[in-house]
Amino acid sequence: MIYWEIFIAFFIPGIVGYGGGPASIPLVENEVVDRFGWMTVNDFSEMLAMANALPGPIATKMAGFIGYQQAGILGSLVGVFATVMPSLILMIVLLSVLQKFKDSPRVKKMTSLIRPTIAILLGVMAFNFFHTSYQQTGVWQFIIIAGVSFLLLEKWKVHPAFVIIAALGYGAIFLG
Amino acid sequence: MTQWHIFLAFFRVGMLGYGGGPSSIPLVQKEVVEKYKWMSDEEFANVLAIGNSLPGPIATKMAGYIGYRVAGIIGMINAVLATIVPTIVIMIVLLTFLTSASEKPWVNGMTQAVVPVVGVMLAVLTYQFLKNAKAGLGWFWTIGLAIASLGLIQLVGIHPGIVIAILLLYALLKPEKEKNSSQQEG
Repeated sequence: MIYWEIFIAFFIPGIVGYGGGPASIPLVENEVVDRFGWMTVNDFSEMLAMANALPGPIATKMAGFIGYQQAGILGSLVGVFATVMPSLILMIVLLSVLQKFKDSPRVKKMTSLIRPTIAILLGVMAFNFFHTSYQQTGVWQFIIIAGVSFLLLEKWKVHPAFVIIAALGYGAIFLG
Repeated sequence: MTQWHIFLAFFRVGMLGYGGGPSSIPLVQKEVVEKYKWMSDEEFANVLAIGNSLPGPIATKMAGYIGYRVAGIIGMINAVLATIVPTIVIMIVLLTFLTSASEKPWVNGMTQAVVPVVGVMLAVLTYQFLKNAKAGLGWFWTIGLAIASLGLIQLVGIHPGIVIAILLLYALLKPEKEKNSSQQEG
């Protein structure tokens, strides 16, 4: 029974949460705090703070942790499965259809038509990240980190893994 | 060997993607298009477009589909697990044993320092998409569609999934002469 509840609690945010993981945070809170009463608002915000401080997708971190808290490893698996699978199956079906017709002129046209929109979405995301950073660290730190990482990534072609690790180290020492 | 590469690619994405799923988009592109060459930029754009117009977390949708394309069902499971399991384990361990780690100033400093780096990666990816769009559509349509999307999504507040869905439907359903299609190649 608890497994079924966990499934429902994460299936709904997974299927309603447009806009990627962060968009599903209030939906998860609604299920977990208001509906099933597994956590208080305080517990939830503490968990969220921790989840935000760690790498990786946010929706599955919440599902994995809350599922684990309620029903152990199996609960964790159920939570993650309910978050990930419904939209993933839809995605595979849709893209497999596209892949089948990838040489058709219509599909080619589709690909080129959506590109400017995707560029805008990415651009807006970039802007949001810059804005957040500017507010958190001030303008100088922001310019230094963004400038140096741009040179490392694009001019000297350093793998992003190393740039991110370097940024983590810099942040722990100078922004802590 | 492929499975090992899938695991490595998405393990790196999961461990380095600070700021939730969307920040992992440029990382996935680096691994999948540039490093392992499992997909062309075009296919990746499609994955991103469909992924954005469907509900649910974006990181696992990308991982799951790309894993599936490269190595079937096992590849799919492998990629999703590699993306999420490491950080879930860290989260459970940290929250079970020490609840106060997120209040440590150096943990916050780490997170803050990564934000501009991800911003730069997203900005570079934006530029690449615009460049590719121009190659396919020409400046006029690229700028026109970009401004229209920006207005609809940011000012009018229409969900991006709806904008993408309309564009996809338009391309699919519009009556089209054969001549048009050959011009699309360039």
